[in-house]
Amino acid sequence: MIERTPILNLVSQAILCIAFVAILSPFYIVFAAASHDFVTVNKVPMPLLPGGHLWENLSEVWVKANFGQAMRNSLISAVAVTVGKISLASISAFSIVFFNYRARMLVFWLIFITLMLPLEVRIVPTYAVAANVLSPLKSMLSFLGLSITLPEWNLLNTYPGLVLPLIATATGTFLYRQFFMTIPNELAEAAKMDGAGPIRFFWQILMPLSKSNMAALAAIMFVYSWNQYLWPLLVVTDQQNYATATMQLQKLVPSGQAEPPVWNTAMAANLIVLLPPALVSILLQRFIVRGLISTEK
Amino acid sequence: MSNISIRKVRKTYDKNEVVHGVDLEVAAGEFVVLLGPSGCGKSTLLRMVAGLEAITSGEIAIGNKIVNKLEPRERGCAMVFQNYALYPHMSVAENIGYALKIARVPKVERNEKIRSVAETLNIADFLDRKPAQLSGGQRQRVAMGRAMIREPKIFLYDEPLSNLDAKLRVAMRLEIRKLHQRLGTTTLFVTHDQVEAMTLADRIVVMNKGIIEQVGTPLEIYSRPASAYVAGFIGSPSLNMIKGVLNPETATITLNDGQALQYDLKRWPNLHAGEIIAGFRAEAVSLCNSSKSLTLNPQFIEELGVSRQLHCELAGEQIIVTSQSDHDVKAGIPLHVTIEPGQIQLFNAQTGVRLETEVYDVDASVTQIRKAS
Repeated sequence: MIERTPILNLVSQAILCIAFVAILSPFYIVFAAASHDFVTVNKVPMPLLPGGHLWENLSEVWVKANFGQAMRNSLISAVAVTVGKISLASISAFSIVFFNYRARMLVFWLIFITLMLPLEVRIVPTYAVAANVLSPLKSMLSFLGLSITLPEWNLLNTYPGLVLPLIATATGTFLYRQFFMTIPNELAEAAKMDGAGPIRFFWQILMPLSKSNMAALAAIMFVYSWNQYLWPLLVVTDQQNYATATMQLQKLVPSGQAEPPVWNTAMAANLIVLLPPALVSILLQRFIVRGLISTEK
Repeated sequence: MSNISIRKVRKTYDKNEVVHGVDLEVAAGEFVVLLGPSGCGKSTLLRMVAGLEAITSGEIAIGNKIVNKLEPRERGCAMVFQNYALYPHMSVAENIGYALKIARVPKVERNEKIRSVAETLNIADFLDRKPAQLSGGQRQRVAMGRAMIREPKIFLYDEPLSNLDAKLRVAMRLEIRKLHQRLGTTTLFVTHDQVEAMTLADRIVVMNKGIIEQVGTPLEIYSRPASAYVAGFIGSPSLNMIKGVLNPETATITLNDGQALQYDLKRWPNLHAGEIIAGFRAEAVSLCNSSKSLTLNPQFIEELGVSRQLHCELAGEQIIVTSQSDHDVKAGIPLHVTIEPGQIQLFNAQTGVRLETEVYDVDASVTQIRKAS
């Protein structure tokens, strides 16, 4: 749509600016608060110009909350979840779109239904399984009247425990399915005529073609798993070694009871924790729109 | 080079039969065109030969080896698709060489072959480009290169020229024919364009609703169409066909409006009176003023430069007449014409099957006419 009215241009520019300010001002306040010392940040009103204590606050909180270890944990689990989600989503979508088997639609709908069952809804059974991975197998066996002692195998306080329950993804599968469906049938047939088997077709043709799709999914999923809070809180009891960044951040936020409200360090911690997802989003942002809407041919 | 035998092949989708038992022999090195309207089963047949579609019953043999159960790559066929189906993320060279890469041909040898194929097809300058940067004709060549490089026993073309503009289509048609002359590879070519079929084929297979109507050389099919269906499909313009009542005593066919058409009684001496379809070519009509003439009503006139095509009404049916450009013809003014009795062909009014000449037929032995039942 092309409109050439200066007033309309002006109005839309103004709306854009207001939205921009509305979105960015909380971030600015975080930044400003993180740069003051304890006394200044508790003044009413808090000065909005940045102070000179940013570096001091950052280094203090880095040590205090053991962020070295926590950021590493978060990074490992977020990368693992992202990679896992992409692999699982692409493979299951590949099966649903390119293979013709009887249970195909059933499988698709089963995956699709899990969209309505996020981790929070099924957290108790998920925890039970994480605490004893073989327990479903055990109950199945006992249902069949067999009593075999299986070894106890728990994933609490491990990286697989942090990662595996988050990997299944209906969103990703659906996104990949939509992308695969835009690929003309003839392309698969041409590959078949050239002698490419399904695995080769998947690796050498589908995967390179789905690059922007993959990047979009990666950005979304990285931010999603970086922001996980409830699950790590449950599965990690060894906070010294396996605490994630979001868990550590929570400990720094003043609860408003006994201790003094040290907002400056809390905000500095915030800056640290939001840096990796912000970087990932900025680096991959040009793919996000392209990967989610367009069909590149 | 291999021959192809298609024996009693049927194809059923969900109890819906689309190919009803087709028999076809293609000799090694032959260029055979499958011609028919969309939905006649020609593409399905081609895809069954390629191995992209399972055969419901019957068998297909390539080089005398039954291939029903073989994977596409084991059949030695290469295929060119209508929408080219190039891999968008690969360069032209990679597209052409992909089959060899899969077959683990060493890189040096592969590059050599890519280059020689590209030179044959005049695309050597674009080897580094991506398909998106090429024009339609160039993409078509890349698709052909991809098929050629494997030195297949059989080339399969699935409407390869349909996405090109008219001028390019003529040029590519010529190149496909030249390529076949040079390589001599057995070729099956699917099209719905009768001009393509006529110009390319050694033999044409005309298909209709899942059966073969006629197999023959372009000239046989043009001059002796096996049925009214084939006659209506072949030639530009196609054969004019008019229903009428046959009177053997006078050797005439009375049309709906009472006018009579003369046919050659010596060729069909034993016909019974009754309904019949008379067919004649647009060129067989000559303009005249004699008293025995037919009267046509020209409705509009297409000027082609060399000649004119007059779209006329005769006994309530549309026919096309070719005339020289210097004739003074105007739409709306009735026209007197004669049609040489020897030029009239007759078809059964019920079945549409061509009535073969009963007495003398100079070249009946060459035709292989399969009568539609």
